[in-house]
Amino acid sequence: MITELFTTTVLVGILASGFRLATPYLYASLGETFGQKSGVLNLGVEGIMLLGAFAAFYTTFITENLWLGLLAAIIVGGIMGLAVAVINVTLKAEQGISGIGVFLFGLGMSELLFQKALGTVETVSGFSSINIPFLSDIPIIGEIFFQHNFLVYIAYLMVPVSWFVLSKTTLGLKIRAVGENPEAADTLGVSVSGVRYFTQIFGGVMSGIAGASLSIALLNVFQQNLTSGLGFIAVALVYFGGWRPLGVLVGSLIFSMVNALQLWVQVLDIPIPSDIAVMMPYVLTILALVIAVQRVRPPSALTKPYERGG
Amino acid sequence: MQDFFIRYPRVWRAFDILLPFLATLAALGVGAVLLMVFDANPIVAYGALLDGAFGSTNAVADTLVKATPLLLVALGICIAFRGGVINIGGEGQLVLGAVTATLVGLALPDMSGYLLIPIALIVGFLAGGFWGAIPGLLKAYFNVNEILSTIMMNAIAVQGMNYLLRGPMIDPVQLDAASRIPQTARLSAAFDLPRLVPTRLHLGTALAVIAAFLVFIFLWRTVVGYRIRAVGLNASASRYAGINVPRNIVLAIALSGAFCGLAGAIQVYGLHHRMFTDGSATGFTGSAGFNGIVVALFGQLHPLGAIPASFLFGALIVGANKLQRVMQVPSSFIIALNGLVVVFVVSADYWRRRIARRREAEVVSEEIATSEAEVPT
Repeated sequence: MITELFTTTVLVGILASGFRLATPYLYASLGETFGQKSGVLNLGVEGIMLLGAFAAFYTTFITENLWLGLLAAIIVGGIMGLAVAVINVTLKAEQGISGIGVFLFGLGMSELLFQKALGTVETVSGFSSINIPFLSDIPIIGEIFFQHNFLVYIAYLMVPVSWFVLSKTTLGLKIRAVGENPEAADTLGVSVSGVRYFTQIFGGVMSGIAGASLSIALLNVFQQNLTSGLGFIAVALVYFGGWRPLGVLVGSLIFSMVNALQLWVQVLDIPIPSDIAVMMPYVLTILALVIAVQRVRPPSALTKPYERGG
Repeated sequence: MQDFFIRYPRVWRAFDILLPFLATLAALGVGAVLLMVFDANPIVAYGALLDGAFGSTNAVADTLVKATPLLLVALGICIAFRGGVINIGGEGQLVLGAVTATLVGLALPDMSGYLLIPIALIVGFLAGGFWGAIPGLLKAYFNVNEILSTIMMNAIAVQGMNYLLRGPMIDPVQLDAASRIPQTARLSAAFDLPRLVPTRLHLGTALAVIAAFLVFIFLWRTVVGYRIRAVGLNASASRYAGINVPRNIVLAIALSGAFCGLAGAIQVYGLHHRMFTDGSATGFTGSAGFNGIVVALFGQLHPLGAIPASFLFGALIVGANKLQRVMQVPSSFIIALNGLVVVFVVSADYWRRRIARRREAEVVSEEIATSEAEVPT
């Protein structure tokens, strides 16, 4: 029962799966960070993740090639990102609502494709674990950090890469300028729409990979509503992380650890109703938002479409 | 193109009202392509859709029944948007209203229907308002983005509903059955909202229409409504004018949630007579919490505009169910189509606002020109 949670095996198990389960959060939230830094809120991450997850799963199922599956998720994510850019940047739609439309489209479309193309829940053999030489042999540490699959490692690698791009490169400066003061950026010859199109397509690709990480690397199945709200939490994590890759990393880890704990609670048959356990990450998100927003200010132009002379 | 509309205001007026329809047609067009990809003839399919929505008295009654929660949610959305708050939490508020109203009916099975139905509807109204007030308070006093918090509140409400319907509130019959379908017992037949004609049409539809007029009067003819709109139009100017901005933000979203809660309560007492779940929010709500947003936009955020808009949307949903039965198109097609309609309507809205702004600028500059002409030299 409750004491079983505190044995070394279980604790290492929780930490290892928590480390692994942060993967989809990291991809989706880091992609969304770029978008929000440039002033665009894409609330449709959940829908894009579902489409990416299906694309990756189906391609892998048919071709038995994981790399083609990943490529399919990237392409689908990119196309959806482009669509989001057209809706939110060119057509200047209310971003809080258009995102719900994108989510509903992704939810319905992925299920429709699933029913028409597969019909039943199938499995694929996803990316297998790569044990990092030497490091994975360290007791406890090795098991927690160094016995995961390719997509998990890349997700963590994306944290410093995102930080570097956003804070140390010209591209990052342009993204931040467009999100903070689009008028000034425009005056200096930065294409506001161009930068925002880039961040939306990049965010779409990252959401697609986030979906793929679920369907061909972590769970290796596809079923309806596979992501079950994960994409929405990923958007909230960007706020929680204060629009910084490192903050997003911390948030992702907290959430995935809570999720891992909740899964183990169910595995060990501890008498907490599963519906209540599933509720916890959402309650935590709200509390996290309350704490987080007191510390940092969102990008000034977030959710505000840019119009010259407007 | 824009100049053309500015020169001919009457054409512009017509365009203004037509635009959401054009956007919906465009969404249906993309839907037709999807249908063709899945080997269904779109003309036959949309024919089935029209037939399903308007083909018989029962079909029209079903359309009205489906329109009822959409109208109530849309009214709530009108209040929130006019107050400058985006309420994405309709789904959760609707669930909360439905669950609490059901609880009242289950707890007091022997009470007279004349007494219990109003109590249950008020409880649902208040519960939805409570669920809306939480993100309202968080926004007004802790600066938490209401889009995110209302989405989280949706998820919490759904999990709470699943817990209650699988556990404490489950129908005792289901408890003994092996299937254990997560639903409550049927409420006493004395609590059914009266039927209006011998169809499924119930009193709730009339209540929703009355509510639309009340919301219109509230927003445009009362001081409280005026304050909410003032805060929505310009929060800092309202603050200087002495309006308590945080309080009006909470009030706007709480009222918004209350109408969504009422929608849930009316769904239970008018249509289902019990509460049930399929594990997700949509099982019970049919995405009314989201679709109501589109209805509100369709009606140009005006409570009376929401009445015809909800009817059209009800028709779309009822027709889509028929389409699903006739053409064996999975119901997920309707969810995808729904998403397309949301995206197209909200994207089209930009053009409407843009032309409106240009026209206003034109009118103002004309006024300046005439007033200058009148100034004696």
